[in-house]
Amino acid sequence: MIRIELNGDRVELDEDARVADAVARAGGNSGSRGVAVAVDGEVVPRSDWERTRLRDEQKVEVVGAIQGG
Amino acid sequence: MAEEVRTASSRDGAREAGERPGEAFALGGRSWRSRLIVGTGGFRSLEQMEVALRASGTEIVTVALRRVDPLGQGSVLGVIDRLGLFALPNTAGCYTARDAVRTARLAREAFETDWVKLEVIGDDRTLLPDAVELVDAAETLVDEGFTVLPYTNDDPILARRLEDAGCAAVMPLGSPIGSGAGIRNPYNVRIIVEQASVPVILDAGIGTASDAALAMELGCDGVLLASSVSRAEDPERMATAMRKAVESGYEARHAGRIPRRLHAQASTPEEGVPELD
Repeated sequence: MIRIELNGDRVELDEDARVADAVARAGGNSGSRGVAVAVDGEVVPRSDWERTRLRDEQKVEVVGAIQGG
Repeated sequence: MAEEVRTASSRDGAREAGERPGEAFALGGRSWRSRLIVGTGGFRSLEQMEVALRASGTEIVTVALRRVDPLGQGSVLGVIDRLGLFALPNTAGCYTARDAVRTARLAREAFETDWVKLEVIGDDRTLLPDAVELVDAAETLVDEGFTVLPYTNDDPILARRLEDAGCAAVMPLGSPIGSGAGIRNPYNVRIIVEQASVPVILDAGIGTASDAALAMELGCDGVLLASSVSRAEDPERMATAMRKAVESGYEARHAGRIPRRLHAQASTPEEGVPELD
């Protein structure tokens, strides 16, 4: 298992977890427009979500569209 | 100078009656019909937002990015797509250039657009822009190919710095975000308009329709507002008012208003008045 910080929460994921797994865990719908991911502050393009491995202690932010001015 | 150019181009337009009001609004290399940009924040429901956006006639609406909420209800993008509007992501809530740049990059990925409404604020009480961080973020984002629309102070020098940095527009505030206090320094807005060669969009502080009309009469190319519509008792009706106000202000601006006089000037001829003693 690896431990990451996902949207501010400590979570455990499988050893070979990918960015896509973190998106799913966060509740993001990976198919929908309007979702983006940063790992340690750097954007991971959607096309790389399935193959980008996560490492222990990484900080993952999964964001989506909300209403805002 | 810029003012004369704008006036001239509007007169040369020789518009068909059906095209009025307003020639196309060029922003970010694209052409728009509506000069009103509406923020999607503050509505009491998505249904209410949808009817208000429709009534506003807007083509561009702002959206924000936040951590995904697993229990999130409804989709703001669903409404925007259904109405055929362009979603302009903002960097609301960013206090540093670094955060704003990172948020803009996330927004580019999420919304598949390189347009960004750049907000870098100084504190959460005033929500006023942090000028130093704002220019820093604008320079970085322009370098990275973004179409940058910065929310800025009503400061002509800062507006010029943002234009020099390559921003696609400058968006001075009328008064603090959500204050509804109107345009507190119309003189500065006029100076910004006079010197700018990119579109000027009055952003923030609009309270009611006359504020939006004033912005356009001052020569702004557009108005961006949110709370004045979304938090009005009847958002649909206020959206209608804002659409008309922006159109009216624009028409008045280009109609060539009469000069202000101290004394009256009769509009009825003084000759031929009958003697009725």
